[in-house]
Amino acid sequence: MTTTLYTSDHEWLAIDGDVATVGITDYAQQQLGDVVFVELPKIGRALKKAEAAAVVESVKAASDVYAPISGEVLETNEALAAEPALVNSDAQGAAWFFKIKIADKSELGGLMDEAAYKAHTA
Amino acid sequence: MLARDDKDSLKRTPLYDLHVSLGGKMVPFAGYDMPVQYPAGVLKEHLQTRASAGLFDVSHMGQIALRPKSGKVEDAARALERLGPQDIVAIAPGRQRYAQFTNADGGILDDLMVANFGDHLFLVVNAACKEADEAHLRANLSGDCVIESLADRALIALQGPKAEAALAKFCAAAPSMKFMDAGPHEVAGLNCFVSRSGYTGEDGFEISVPAADAERLAKTLLENPDVMPIGLGARDSLRLEAGLCLYGHDIDTATTPVEAALEWSVQKSRRSGGARAGGFPGTEAILAHFDHGAARRRVGLRAEGRAPVREGALLFADSAGGEAIGKVTSGGFGPSLNAPVAMGYVPTALSALGTKLFAEVRGQRLPLTVAAMPFVKNTYKR
Repeated sequence: MTTTLYTSDHEWLAIDGDVATVGITDYAQQQLGDVVFVELPKIGRALKKAEAAAVVESVKAASDVYAPISGEVLETNEALAAEPALVNSDAQGAAWFFKIKIADKSELGGLMDEAAYKAHTA
Repeated sequence: MLARDDKDSLKRTPLYDLHVSLGGKMVPFAGYDMPVQYPAGVLKEHLQTRASAGLFDVSHMGQIALRPKSGKVEDAARALERLGPQDIVAIAPGRQRYAQFTNADGGILDDLMVANFGDHLFLVVNAACKEADEAHLRANLSGDCVIESLADRALIALQGPKAEAALAKFCAAAPSMKFMDAGPHEVAGLNCFVSRSGYTGEDGFEISVPAADAERLAKTLLENPDVMPIGLGARDSLRLEAGLCLYGHDIDTATTPVEAALEWSVQKSRRSGGARAGGFPGTEAILAHFDHGAARRRVGLRAEGRAPVREGALLFADSAGGEAIGKVTSGGFGPSLNAPVAMGYVPTALSALGTKLFAEVRGQRLPLTVAAMPFVKNTYKR
């Protein structure tokens, strides 16, 4: 069973067992505008919660994407290199950024559920 | 950029309500609350302008009339030549020219457009500089000219391959105008000043219109399905692809016209040996750059990868180590090229086309090549 949680910095993470798939929210992509480049973390990199893990560049600006939890990067979404605009068309689906092996499940406690995130961006 | 708290102090152009009604995302720019993009987004707005036509509100820019006290426009032109290195006297009635105001060191105080309207000169200057420019003109030219701020006029740019057809319905003169023609013309029955120019590299027009009529004119032009409203975001990416300087970024008080690769804008008559050589602020420094070369130069830069290289990125001659040799002054993604483009300053010895350089982006050195500008071929109607 997958649970989706959100950060106040507009990342989403879909949790399946001890693996989380991370991306940016649809709200975030709307704020950014047209995405033209995504820089992904290296596979195997050990990320610390709140550390800059990826970069998403719109026509106008570069924005950091932060690790929502600590853990090791297992996989990155190569499709984003060829088609960064996927972030605009399917931010919370096909345009996931990376998968991470969750190091400490207690870190999930501080994240928002969908209702809380909706209130956060309202 | 202003902080959000200052939003209330921002000025509005006569088209503010129209921008909001069209869904413009408003941001502070040069003291004005301006649309950075509309719902279509920067990418589509950019490509629309290249393929069809875009309408830009550039009312934040300054418009100034320079009226000769003698009644002879050449006296105003001669007076204006005291403030910059261009041949203003040679601008024929009905023509416009790109110019700069320079300082005592040869640096650029502002860049501007100067049109000869027959009995007076018409100037368009940058928004952020307009008050200083006006004070500069008053301090230096008041003996010869009446300096009139045309703050009661808006300025609309219509740019792109379908701009001529879109404007021709309302302005009989439009189709016969050539690049840099300028003069008073009626547009939709309104008293406008029209020039065939712009800031996108595309064919197009800039239309100065009384502020009270600006919204009506903009709405009239936007009724054409070929014309879309375009925000400042796409204006910036368009001018970057066109290799055009943005004041305060690519040129400023510490860059001379030669360093900025703007030699073409300084006519021979004002250079060493010319009929009216010198006589402008910074003559010594600027003519020395013409005669002996400058140590650094603005160049175009193309990256190999897809990562945009933005303003402020340091440039290096090598992939590792060494001191920075220059800096990017404008950079981003070029939607027409589907690739990053940038411009910046490098030592003249490293300014030749094809020179391999590196830009530091997030701690990595990305390979770049010095490339010809404009990055996208301009389509001016000569």
